Amino acid sequence: MKHIISILIENEAGALSRVAGLFSARGYNIESLTVAPTEDSTMSRMTIVTSGSDEVIEQIIKQLNKLVDVIKVLDLNDGKFIERELMLVKVKATAQYRDEMKRMCDIFRGRIIDVADGSFTIELTGSGSKLDAFIESLDNTAILETVRTGASGIGRGDRILKI
Amino acid sequence: MFRVQYYFLLIQGFMAISSKNAIVNPVSAQTHSDSLDASHKDASHKKTSHNEISGAEIVIRCLNEEKIKFVFGYPGGAVLHIYDEIYKQNGFKHILVRHEQAAVHAADAFSRATGEVGVALVTSGPGATNAITGIATAYMDSIPLVVISGQVPVPAIGLDAFQEVDMVGITRPCVKHNFLVKDVRDIAETMKKAFYIAATGRPGPVVVDIPKDITAHKTSFHYPKSVEMRSYNPVLKGHSGQIKKAIKLLLEAKRPMIYTGGGLVLGDGAPELVKLARTLGYPVTNTLMGLGGYPASDPQFVGMLGMHGTYEANMAMQNCDVLIAVGARFDDRVIGNPKHFLSQKRTIIHIDVDPSSISKRVKVDVPIVGHVQSVLAEMNEALLLETTGTAEKTKNDTKNDISAWWAQIGEWRKVHGGRYEMSDTVIKPQYVIEKLWEVTKGDAYVTSDVGQHQMWAAQYYKFDRPRRWINSGGLGTMGVGLPYAMGCQFADKNAQVACVTGEGSIQMNIQELSTCAQYGLPIKVILLNNRYLGMVRQWQEFFYENRYSESYMDSLPDFVKLAESYGHVGMQITKPSDVEGALKEAFSKKDKFVFMDFITEQSENVFPMVENGRGISEMILGDEKKSDEKKGAK
Ligand SMILES: Cc1ncc(C[n+]2csc(CCOP(=O)(O)OP(=O)(O)O)c2C)c(N)n1
Ligand SMILES: [Mg+2]
Repeated sequence: MKHIISILIENEAGALSRVAGLFSARGYNIESLTVAPTEDSTMSRMTIVTSGSDEVIEQIIKQLNKLVDVIKVLDLNDGKFIERELMLVKVKATAQYRDEMKRMCDIFRGRIIDVADGSFTIELTGSGSKLDAFIESLDNTAILETVRTGASGIGRGDRILKI
Repeated sequence: MFRVQYYFLLIQGFMAISSKNAIVNPVSAQTHSDSLDASHKDASHKKTSHNEISGAEIVIRCLNEEKIKFVFGYPGGAVLHIYDEIYKQNGFKHILVRHEQAAVHAADAFSRATGEVGVALVTSGPGATNAITGIATAYMDSIPLVVISGQVPVPAIGLDAFQEVDMVGITRPCVKHNFLVKDVRDIAETMKKAFYIAATGRPGPVVVDIPKDITAHKTSFHYPKSVEMRSYNPVLKGHSGQIKKAIKLLLEAKRPMIYTGGGLVLGDGAPELVKLARTLGYPVTNTLMGLGGYPASDPQFVGMLGMHGTYEANMAMQNCDVLIAVGARFDDRVIGNPKHFLSQKRTIIHIDVDPSSISKRVKVDVPIVGHVQSVLAEMNEALLLETTGTAEKTKNDTKNDISAWWAQIGEWRKVHGGRYEMSDTVIKPQYVIEKLWEVTKGDAYVTSDVGQHQMWAAQYYKFDRPRRWINSGGLGTMGVGLPYAMGCQFADKNAQVACVTGEGSIQMNIQELSTCAQYGLPIKVILLNNRYLGMVRQWQEFFYENRYSESYMDSLPDFVKLAESYGHVGMQITKPSDVEGALKEAFSKKDKFVFMDFITEQSENVFPMVENGRGISEMILGDEKKSDEKKGAK
């Protein structure tokens, strides 16, 4: 099953490579990984999307906790949470595609953030599956380029990951 | 699939640029504790005042603060400032090895023998890479070490400078933690953290990589008394509720079993375990790493378990109804095929300081995370209350009756019983170890290399005390034997130290004969010379129809002459009747290094044996299969 894991980690040189190294050394999946400093610049917050059996996920959490730089780990799937990812898609916007692209963008509540000769760049946020659905609903030949940030996640309401 | 790869590339890309972006924030890259004030960040370290000392001297002062007795090392360009300070100090003794791998192994053995943190010092580049096998060996067996490596000057890092290697990167998967110190003002705090991390929780090696220019820069010295790290808080005490649950289960068991590993030895929990086991009267088995955790000569001891464990230990492990694992990790050499192991129902209690060891390979019913010593002490207290505190019952009334289980174990004991075929023409390796045990009165530090001789040493030397059996269990590193013996001899200069080795393994760090000569170490090398990479040959005999591919050891040196060339005593023993006399003679030379070359049976195999992928109760007990084949051929 897919799990989204949130990590608070010391903002130290090499901290990211410790996490990435752990996943590759132990053969765990990483579907995506995002990281950036928090409001406290000595700490970073990382979101990892991974998948595995309950036993594997349990080991992942334990192994992450074992890393000396890791401050806190939370499996968002243990409760209610919100997942968001940002995607930028550059699509063909020649006469043949233009209206169609505009319409699809509206349906998915995306925004066209750059208009050029023959292309649009669409910005879309949502859960990973919503972004997948958008890509699938476009004519594949019309897609020029996509870039996704990977998911970020946060617990709902009282579920707060803080030290 | 494509997507996963795609993201992975993204991540790698991210890692490549991360040094400029999210992760490294130049100000916060090195966090400072409250003890160091923030303003110093802007102070230029080039301005020196009279109470400022160099980074190199700070390193030495830190080691002295930690009361380090020995530093095992090898000099080179990047650590020359540090070596200059070593020259000027007398707080610790520096031991000059002949290869950096041996420095780390010796520091590792010093720690295994004493419980103190071992320290090694190596230069950058090749010095650092030579140390890797030593570090990985210590990591796999959870040995606390601080390894200090030199690094090229900060401005040269990343430019493929002479003798540059990314030590932090290369050691990351085989250390508990590592540091690159980029500011002289961070040395003291980093060293303090390194010792703290290495020794606490589940212990392990910590690397401190120090660029050369940092060891020349000056600052004032202040060694923090303690460290606090918000991201690192090892647990100590076990959960009381879980402990009560465990006691209840143990007292209700019909076929109980106590299984202890290296964690019990490293956590100094052996005395508490002995108390617990004796109160309960239950059978005890030790892993290869756990030998000495329970006295081998005690009747409750059923021997080592696992791939080359005793029949009774493996059978009891397989057939017990309540199993308590203490500082052990159910690894593949111990429980064999996990599916087969789990085909028998049993309730498992697991005490370990590392939560990630629990339910990693085998699902556990009662996990107890905590330091073995404190958890066992609490169990002993609870047990005392349970068995004597309530009502007027005497201890014996409540003592759980498991006589049927002991009777069954007694039957299993008769099945193999450590038998081997004696010979009066050729020396049997098992016989050498039995005699070694007798001659040293079971009280030597026994180090071993890796191979058949290691298993025979584990099977036939009866360890009654923890920290006496020193070997590489997790990584299985050939070449550890001699440097391990050095570490033990430095730990206890009057002790008898025996290095049980093979002619393959000893040649992997043979250069250390020179170090032993320099420091006058009276080690006794017990070489079980079978002219084969014996353990490899055994597998080839069993699983590759006797195709002995590259396992014959040709062109061996004359070990006697080799030893003598270093000023040591060399002996070659070829007859079984000479074994005991030779051992006595060697150990009577209290101040001499003696190299004993025992020419042993070439085709001897280690039994019992559990083949890879089999269950632990499916053992091969001897050469029956082989002798049947021989009979058939006649
Ligand atoms: C560094 C290293 N290389 C290879 C091996 C694989 N290996 C395990 S046992 C063994 C044979 C050891 O031979 P020897 O030291 O003569 O001991 P014996 O088995 O003959 O007692 C080998 C090659 C290892 N464990 N370590
Ligand atoms: Mg051999």
